[in-house]
Amino acid sequence: MSPLIPLFIVIPLAGAFLTMILGRLLPNLNKYLASLILLTLAVLSVYALATTGENPSVYKVGGWEPVNRVPIGIYMVMDGFTVLVLCIINIVGFLSVFYSISYIRRYTSENFFYALFCLMVAGMNGVVLSGDLFNIFVFLEISVISAYALVAFGVEKNELEASFKYQVLGSMASFFILLGIGLIYWKTKTLNIADIREVLKAGSDRPFYIFVQLILLSGFGLKAAVIPFHAWLPDAHSSAPSPISAMLSGVLIKAVGIYVIIRLFFNMFELTENMSVLITTLGTLSMVIGVFLAIGQWDIKRLLAYHSISQMGYVVLSVGMGMIVITRGGAPEIAILAIAGGLFHLVNHAAFKGLLFLNAGAIEYTLGTRDLKEMGGLSRSMPATSATSFIASLSISGIPPFNGFFSKLIIIIAAIMAKFYLLAVLAVIVSIITLASFLKFQRYAFYNREESKIDRKIREVPFPMIFSMVIMSLLCIILSLLAFPGVRDAVLTPAINILTDPLKYSSIILGN
Amino acid sequence: MIVYLLCFLLFLVGLYGVITRRNLIKIAISLSIMEFSTFLLLALVGYTDGGVAPIVDPASPVQKYVDPLPQAMVLTAIVIGLATTAMLMAIIIRLYRKYGTFDIREIKTLKG
Repeated sequence: MSPLIPLFIVIPLAGAFLTMILGRLLPNLNKYLASLILLTLAVLSVYALATTGENPSVYKVGGWEPVNRVPIGIYMVMDGFTVLVLCIINIVGFLSVFYSISYIRRYTSENFFYALFCLMVAGMNGVVLSGDLFNIFVFLEISVISAYALVAFGVEKNELEASFKYQVLGSMASFFILLGIGLIYWKTKTLNIADIREVLKAGSDRPFYIFVQLILLSGFGLKAAVIPFHAWLPDAHSSAPSPISAMLSGVLIKAVGIYVIIRLFFNMFELTENMSVLITTLGTLSMVIGVFLAIGQWDIKRLLAYHSISQMGYVVLSVGMGMIVITRGGAPEIAILAIAGGLFHLVNHAAFKGLLFLNAGAIEYTLGTRDLKEMGGLSRSMPATSATSFIASLSISGIPPFNGFFSKLIIIIAAIMAKFYLLAVLAVIVSIITLASFLKFQRYAFYNREESKIDRKIREVPFPMIFSMVIMSLLCIILSLLAFPGVRDAVLTPAINILTDPLKYSSIILGN
Repeated sequence: MIVYLLCFLLFLVGLYGVITRRNLIKIAISLSIMEFSTFLLLALVGYTDGGVAPIVDPASPVQKYVDPLPQAMVLTAIVIGLATTAMLMAIIIRLYRKYGTFDIREIKTLKG
């Protein structure tokens, strides 16, 4: 039993509370307190990543031991896949909140911002740590309700409209999820993911579970904004304050959407071929349609938001391919390669998309506009922003030696080995269109000095913003190492093993 | 069986309302209908015909108890539902102040 597990939820929850109270008494304390909390969490998550490895640990809330081998309490589980996502959440969270120190000054009521930020992180940490279906729902609601409020933080027309759309679709997704959980409880009489797996193993009544799978897939698909459930994402992600956009795009859609889909379909339900094909199709659609919607955008943050849909498509597609290979009884190495590509891209996307949104925020901070047509020639006056966004653009377009190249390469190799040639070709084409789209971004924002309409002096953004952007761009380079055997075995392999071995997860948690 | 179907019907009524209504407040009400149909289903899941509350009293043993877990879940979900509804209403009031209307067709600055 690891004493670390509850800390990931307790620290940010307490932090949100303290920020509200102390921040009112001592102005300026809130930003440093929030940064300190997120820094602690980031260090803890890296420590957890280093120590967990192949030995998942279980924390039973309230100390309720199982009765007759049936779990009765709420279980918190920390395994290889969980720590991977925990690292993403807390590291990107720390960099975003540090960036906010300068960025959020122009908004009023900073206290609420930092408190909501801590709550959102607490919710996401809870979702990934929870081993209990209903607990996932509760933490998911904590994080998305804070996200609704943070999207509307500017309280202007756009922000309110985006938040309203996000709330209506998000609430519908929550009801689908709750309905799915209720239906599962009805049949299995348990909520523990590992225990449900044990019940389903003996299972019957397949049509019923297919219905439940579809309901849960549409619920979490809405949260993850895979096409056709993507309508809220471009509005919400482009209207939020930039550090929040980085959190929403880089972390939230993964932690409450993709993570839960992968966890439930690998570790709770029996994989079926139809469902795997459906998931792969959704991923392919997201990947292709997302990038085509992105081409015509002139608002930087909308462009980035549509690319998020497309890049999440890569992750879903790749994991779906792994599922298909497993259900068809193909070679396990290919399935492992496909899933490794998906998880690797998940981590990389957090780094480069978080960085791109921070860059967009820096541009908006100095220029006061998000329209690409009104920019130009920023490379001279904002060297740090320009250099980091150049790294991120190359990284998302899959140019070596940055991290995006290696994950896309693994995905494409896996597609070819699994004989999905069409998907491999589509992945390459989408990558080329992404490159074109980001060349446009680079050209209009940072170069193109002749046509520049800016007639006033532009200065580089303050230190906290530069610091976050530089660390993120270093991450973009360092994460390439995950492609190489030594590092991959330490970080990605435990996550893949817990997913692909059908009985490992439930046997560890139930202890038999 | 008929109760479960009615419950599902209520869910669809809410869904229909969310899709077709044009007034912000009516959309919020439809969402609440969806929400409560889900709660009703959860409560039904734990219901046993003729069951009593599961307070075990050795003096007078009772054979049939209702399942208390879904009731606990519904209570939690109602609290969450309260938070979402309050949040939604706050946004709707702010939207009304900015646009001067509840009509969803008039609120469309974001597109593309």
